[in-house]
Amino acid sequence: MTSTNLTSLDQLRVLEAEAVHIMREVVAELERPVLLFSGGKDSIVLLRLAEKAFAPVALPFPVLHVDTGHNFPEVLEFRDRRIAEAGHQLIVASVQESIDLGRVPEDDPTASRNKLQTRTLLDALEAGRFDAAFGGGRRDEERARAKERVFSFRDEFGQWEPRAQRAEPWALYNGRIRRGEQIRVFPMSNFTELDVWSYLALEKLELPSIYFAHEREVVQRDGMLLAVSSVVSPGESERVEKLSVRYRTVGDLTVTGAVRSAATDVRAVIEEVKASGISERGETRGDDRTSEAAMEDRKREGYF
Amino acid sequence: MVATATSADPRELLRLATAGSVDDGKSTLIGRLLLDTKLLLSDQLAAVSQGKDGTPDLAALTDGLRAEREQGITIDVAYRYFATPRRTFILADTPGHERYTRNMFTGASTADLALVLIDARAGVVTQTRRHAQITALLRIPHVVVAVNKMDLVDFSQARFDEVAAQARTLGENLRLPELDIVPISALDGDNVVDPSDRCPWYAGPPLLEILETVDVAADRDTDQAHLRLPIQWVARPQDGPRVYTGQLAAGTLNPGDEVVVVPSGATTTVTSVETLDPDRPMAVPPMSVGVTIADDIDIGRGDLLAAPHSRPPAARELDTTICWMTEQPLAPGRRYALKHTTRTVRATVQAINDRWDPETLEIFSDPSSLALNDIGRVSLRTSSPVLADPYRRNGVTGAFILIDEHSNDTVGAGIIREAREVKAVIEKRRDVTWHPSALDRANRWRSLHQTGATVWLTGLPASGKSTIAVALERQLVSSGQAAYLLDGDNIRHGLSDDLGFAPGDRAENVRRVGQVARLFADAGVIALVSLVSPLRSDREVPRQLHVAAELPFIEVHVDTSVQECAKRDPKGLYARARAGELKGFTGVDAPYEAPQDPEIHLDTAETDITAAVAQILDALDLRHDA
Ligand SMILES: Nc1nc2c(ncn2[C@@H]2O[C@H](COP(=O)(O)OP(=O)(O)O)[C@@H](O)[C@H]2O)c(=O)[nH]1
Repeated sequence: MTSTNLTSLDQLRVLEAEAVHIMREVVAELERPVLLFSGGKDSIVLLRLAEKAFAPVALPFPVLHVDTGHNFPEVLEFRDRRIAEAGHQLIVASVQESIDLGRVPEDDPTASRNKLQTRTLLDALEAGRFDAAFGGGRRDEERARAKERVFSFRDEFGQWEPRAQRAEPWALYNGRIRRGEQIRVFPMSNFTELDVWSYLALEKLELPSIYFAHEREVVQRDGMLLAVSSVVSPGESERVEKLSVRYRTVGDLTVTGAVRSAATDVRAVIEEVKASGISERGETRGDDRTSEAAMEDRKREGYF
Repeated sequence: MVATATSADPRELLRLATAGSVDDGKSTLIGRLLLDTKLLLSDQLAAVSQGKDGTPDLAALTDGLRAEREQGITIDVAYRYFATPRRTFILADTPGHERYTRNMFTGASTADLALVLIDARAGVVTQTRRHAQITALLRIPHVVVAVNKMDLVDFSQARFDEVAAQARTLGENLRLPELDIVPISALDGDNVVDPSDRCPWYAGPPLLEILETVDVAADRDTDQAHLRLPIQWVARPQDGPRVYTGQLAAGTLNPGDEVVVVPSGATTTVTSVETLDPDRPMAVPPMSVGVTIADDIDIGRGDLLAAPHSRPPAARELDTTICWMTEQPLAPGRRYALKHTTRTVRATVQAINDRWDPETLEIFSDPSSLALNDIGRVSLRTSSPVLADPYRRNGVTGAFILIDEHSNDTVGAGIIREAREVKAVIEKRRDVTWHPSALDRANRWRSLHQTGATVWLTGLPASGKSTIAVALERQLVSSGQAAYLLDGDNIRHGLSDDLGFAPGDRAENVRRVGQVARLFADAGVIALVSLVSPLRSDREVPRQLHVAAELPFIEVHVDTSVQECAKRDPKGLYARARAGELKGFTGVDAPYEAPQDPEIHLDTAETDITAAVAQILDALDLRHDA
């Protein structure tokens, strides 16, 4: 082996080392962290990074799922199995419950609950007295994220102030907060969508089946392919088609679009991602397309 | 340097920071890199307004948050991602204006490579210099200069050569690494990704190829003898050994390696190394690792594993360069939390030695404070040790941030120029143990019929310290007491003849005089110190030293107004300082911090010398009660 081979490192391992360092900093400096887990591919990577960071001991924090009630059954099944197998502690915060308790108004049960999630998330963080929450957010997702800090400080209302962010030079993170305040932590800030897929392949991680090509009844709506389900029924002018599709993200059923695909394993998905000309959110997240600044607004309110 | 990537090679990550003045075309260039590496996704393109002739407005692509978009400038660090088959890139896009120097500093702090943009028409301008200076300060290992807008100078080789010569001179002055200089047109794409046929005289590679081939692996310090592993968190499994985790800052780690634990000094052997990568048994920077060791020793967060023969000092005196990041200025005497690797301590600002003005690039010595975006040399003293290396030797163990303990905000980022152990004060040095004298103090004092003590007179120059001290000494000696005057001016001719009047030197002078006074007092002599000693934190050092040694310490504030001192001015120093001939003169352009709670406060407007001497004699309990 040449010396270069010894010292050169694959970028996935560099990103992994960075994420693990971030997670250990949080556990060392904050009192009650929690890890957000949706069963989607980013949170699968996040969970894996956490397991590696704290091995050989059990995760020093619980896992929290904000359940919109608009779920893919495959994802829920996967979530329960994955968490149980690893023996982690799972907390489920339900948007339906927030609605039933009158914490958030819902006008239309078939509309996206992405906006409603924020209340449920904030309530769950408060109930658990969590002072730090790990999320799988990536800076390549959209512009508001591109300049968000790794340790993203939130005030006592969970709100983000993009103009008052703490400087974050080197890898020196400042986790100091007052009681009632919290930080959102993004260990995967520097991963791209392609890195996530490559890492899934590298670590041979299991994914919910909806990430791979499968036959599904879909309708075309607003330029997206939406799965027909209990919360998405075809409109009068809409035609139901059975297509081979896969998902690029998992989210609220009413706004998460599928893409046509023939990819049945991670390698094939990676090839499709490389060839694709459309970003993940633009293609498959209906709510973010409504306004360019949609994400920034939601983040200010306390969204992840 | 150029190594062709084979599929077996790992795909390296390159972090780069852009720097360029407004309108040099920085945003356009980034947009061009993203577009031409085909990673600009089509919906992001659609979200961007179209420029003239239907081509996308490249600059708008990389602009950030809405409020900033309205102002039309990028004001924070924004991170961009792109990749080629050979490498992936993280680009920190930072604004160029002096108002955002702190963002530039942050963006550059993690960079492997600095990309400096120059407008071919303008050549090297102030903003180019600003970026280059920050690049030099942060020791970014690779610097590429892109001479942009070559289309507007008709791809003139002569103009390029002029600009390149300016850049090289700048690089030499700042001792930057060797520059790669490329003529480009960000707007049209010449020499960005593909070679341009519009400047046949340029034989070098296009910009992207340079970015793809600079040797990043060689920048990592993998010398085993330089091992640095700051301990981050300790896993304590119920069965099995404790696992010490951290991110490797330098060196390599293998099972069987001998390591020393700093600061305790215990040595042990590494028994296992978890690199997180099953294919790599050996850890190299910047891997996050978990190690187990052969011995059962107590190691916690903030400790560090080092190679046995090159451990870092447990330093409490730091000579640093700080970029100040908040509105409220940095000033001597202020205290902050200092986070260095995985250790957070308190630090007091001892002195600010100079200030670099980010707007004019001028350097001022002995400033009273650092303002937002200023960069300056600052001496810090920490409450407990930090295991620090100079930044030039290690970018991890040489860096720190300052945190305001009230707002919790990160207010400064610093690099360590020199880290020193403090030999005195309560903390004992481990390598030099105090040799106890055969005679104990009680014996010695009894035979002298006297108790040792230190009287420390502080006050403005010409306040009357020496006059009082001389009278006091005479009185003591003539009544049969052993007393000795350590006069500031006289000390400067011997003990401290290597020191000047910069704040760091003053602190050192105070420390030395304090040590000498303590020895005199211990011997049973009454040490009289007459020293301006303007800073509270400096004076705290001799006081603590005496407290620890259980020796009386009497601080006397000789309080005379500046006006009165300047009127007396026996040596003509105030006049010279006011005329600007003397810099850093206490009472004129350097601060004097009056003691808050001195043992004796002498208001010289109301007390004459005899009364002052009597008051001090009163405070001294001269009889030794055996
Ligand atoms: N002719 C020409 N114009 C350029 C070039 N690069 C950038 N520009 C123009 O210079 C202006 C400022 O560019 P921008 O990228 O916003 O500069 P920034 O402030 O450094 O980000 C824009 O009008 C660009 O179109 C170039 O190579 N040639």
